[in-house]
Amino acid sequence: MSDLAHHDVHESTGVENRKLGMWFFLSSEFLFFGALISNYLLFKGQVPTTDALHPVQFYDIPFTSISSFVLLMSSLTMVLAHHALHEGDQRAARTWLFTTAGLGLTFLAGQFFEFSEFVIKGAGLDVLPVWSSFFVLTGFHGAHVFLGVVMLLTLFATSVRNGELSEAQGLNVELVGLYWHFVDIIWIVIFTIIYLIP
Amino acid sequence: MATTAIPPQEETPSAPTTIFRRPASTEGFWGWVTTTDHKKIGIMYGYSAFFFFLLGGIEALLIRVQLAVPDNTFLSAAEYNAAFTMHATIMVFLFVMPMAAAFFNYLLPLMIGARDVAFPRMNAVSYWIFLFGAIFASSSFLFGTSGAPVGGYLPDGAEWASRLGSMPNGGWFGYAPNSLEAFSTGTAMDYWAVGLQVIGIASLISSINFIVTILNLRAKGMKLLRMPVFVWMTFVVAFLLLFSLPIIAVALFMVTFDRQFGTVFFDATGGGDPVLWQHLFWLFGHPEVYILVLPSMGLVSEVLPTFSRKPLFGYAAVVFAGAAIAFLGFGVWAHHMYASGISTVAQAAFGLATMTIAVPTGIKIFNWMGTMWGGKIRFKTPMLFAIGFVSLFVIGGLSGVTHSIVPSNWQQTDTYYIVGHFHYVLFGGAVFGLFAGLYYYFPMLTGKMYNERLGKLHFWLMFLGMNLTFGPMHWLGLQGMPRRTWVWFEEQGLAFWNAVVTVGAFVIAASALVFMINWMLSKRRGVDAGFDPWDARTLEWMLPLPVPEYNYAKLPTVTALDEFWHRKYTEDEDGRAVRRDDYDEIVAQLEHEGRNPEEEIELPSPSYFPFLVGFGIMFVAYGVVYLSAGFGIWLMLLGAVIALGSFVGWSVEPLEEHHGGHDGHAEAADHEEIEDADAEEVEA
Repeated sequence: MSDLAHHDVHESTGVENRKLGMWFFLSSEFLFFGALISNYLLFKGQVPTTDALHPVQFYDIPFTSISSFVLLMSSLTMVLAHHALHEGDQRAARTWLFTTAGLGLTFLAGQFFEFSEFVIKGAGLDVLPVWSSFFVLTGFHGAHVFLGVVMLLTLFATSVRNGELSEAQGLNVELVGLYWHFVDIIWIVIFTIIYLIP
Repeated sequence: MATTAIPPQEETPSAPTTIFRRPASTEGFWGWVTTTDHKKIGIMYGYSAFFFFLLGGIEALLIRVQLAVPDNTFLSAAEYNAAFTMHATIMVFLFVMPMAAAFFNYLLPLMIGARDVAFPRMNAVSYWIFLFGAIFASSSFLFGTSGAPVGGYLPDGAEWASRLGSMPNGGWFGYAPNSLEAFSTGTAMDYWAVGLQVIGIASLISSINFIVTILNLRAKGMKLLRMPVFVWMTFVVAFLLLFSLPIIAVALFMVTFDRQFGTVFFDATGGGDPVLWQHLFWLFGHPEVYILVLPSMGLVSEVLPTFSRKPLFGYAAVVFAGAAIAFLGFGVWAHHMYASGISTVAQAAFGLATMTIAVPTGIKIFNWMGTMWGGKIRFKTPMLFAIGFVSLFVIGGLSGVTHSIVPSNWQQTDTYYIVGHFHYVLFGGAVFGLFAGLYYYFPMLTGKMYNERLGKLHFWLMFLGMNLTFGPMHWLGLQGMPRRTWVWFEEQGLAFWNAVVTVGAFVIAASALVFMINWMLSKRRGVDAGFDPWDARTLEWMLPLPVPEYNYAKLPTVTALDEFWHRKYTEDEDGRAVRRDDYDEIVAQLEHEGRNPEEEIELPSPSYFPFLVGFGIMFVAYGVVYLSAGFGIWLMLLGAVIALGSFVGWSVEPLEEHHGGHDGHAEAADHEEIEDADAEEVEA
């Protein structure tokens, strides 16, 4: 008989296993970034913000606002990709997935540029603890974005190879979407707390 | 391939999409390496953990030999530091946690009436990451280096410590700045920080897996408040892990960055804050204490009702007390730091918070006593260990309350009093609970019965040895004997109790030997355990022993807490439990049905990839340690290629292989895709 035993298993909560798993994984991630952000806040007041070496003196708010906007827009394109798939528009879904990945890469390029600028102007991992915190926090966020881009491109490649994303893959889009929105939300928190609040 | 109950299939499944030929056998060595069966994974966790128990035990004996007599030179100071660091690290991360994971893995699906966990291959991956992480951390004994600290020296002008002294040596708590490059030169502490990071990944994956399993895979009728207490404690521990591991992950990244890339988080000379390490470590470290002891509380809550022939007294109270302990456990970390100069207000607040934890713990103790009260107690080995757990945990719990009083704590901190306290809760508590579980579930694992006489000998030896070892430590501490110090002097007048403690340690070692003999002999030549050997109460004992690979031939429907008991027993007019008239038929039918499934059952197929992922991650870990040596980057790349390649292989491999071709291609393709996300989730 071809009816697989695991298909008989009902999900007691009604939420698909992997989606539930992703939610709990993300809840753990909140604490990961929470600890990193706390580190930054702890060391932020150690030297006066007027000090020439304080990160606040280095931030280029207009530039980072633009790259933040780019990342924020990628959440929109992510939603559009998911929506398109839901509507059965495979072509649009593929396009939006690719766009999302592209926006993510643009954000990463901006971060790379920002880091280089800071280092040229005299920042570094060992300059002040607040700099250590800044680079490790934003660096780990960047790593998360990068991982998201890899997942998005994997979905895109699958879609190109098979000509479509199946229903099961649609769930993958949803999972990657959850992850991607999480990464965006974290960035909004970082941008507000680290860059905007003096 | 998948296990097929009826009819047995011999054909080798074809798997055109995978890199390797799919492992087809569930037998032999490769059957274990490639298994995705939660029971086999549980057994592997158990044996690995026990191996590390012996390793950590040897280190404990080294410590006790060194401290047996005054002015001893058996170990050098460096070797002593390494011995106590690795003793604690191994016992906490490589013995108690994985031994608890062994029980989680083995029992969880059985207790909730499921075929397996929610993500079988993620389950395998967490075991292999754990094992390779453990091997990596232990390999510091072979490859680690430890030099003289800045401004310090090693005896006889040596440049590097001996092999034994080259293991991690900064304490399991790894306090900064001692753990940093200046005071811990060489690679030993890199091994420690990176090793714990890897093992943490394993725990994180399994905690997500267990939470989803408990929430989603319960049998029909298995409501949350019908779950056995052990399942509840697993659930609570999984949340503790989920929320405390990211914090230690950040802390370990920070110390690794400080050592490898020159950040200045904890380095006071660069403006960093060593106390921050303590906050982060104990914010993880105190929940960790409950991660260690709650599984044992769960096991004891299974054993006590069975051997008292009474339902657990105050089931809901025990469950909620467990959750309350976990919740409060996040708010008491600074009671490890009274001596670190935190403000008096903070000290008072954390002192009060710590005292409140005694309330839910006390609720549990009284409920366990209420369970035994008036019961028909059978003093079998698991019951003895459970009673031992309750009584010893009370002692450790009470001395714990004395620590919460700040002025008293200042006197006790860094003395042997503390060492006595936490061994009562962790050895008398956690370890006794685990042994209760090991004896209780021995028939389920093997289908055989352990030797009761040897079991009782083990218990009494261990009980005696444990009290001889850790009881006098309280007095030594009150006499002022400092912990973490490699030698004491004749004039201190500590000779008698130190000798007693060392004798006690060897009694514990002897008891462990009795356990091993019992285990191995009974496994081979024990009498047949039969069906339901304990006249047990919970779902998992409805299975024939040893448990078939597919667990339940037909997934059960649950109507009550203590389901199995209610199927066997009813009440007479006086409210006493009496066997149902058709008891024999019920039992015989359960056993028959359990062995003879009516339909073909497909289970997750074995896979090479979880093993390879763990294997690859080990090389990444070595790479991090040797980054500054240049070749580390190549090790990292090699490891990343192995691990990521395995993820790709994993994602194109369906969870279950099908037999023959009658299922058609479409369904197989469908399965592939499901697995895509499975892999991505792990990557994330």
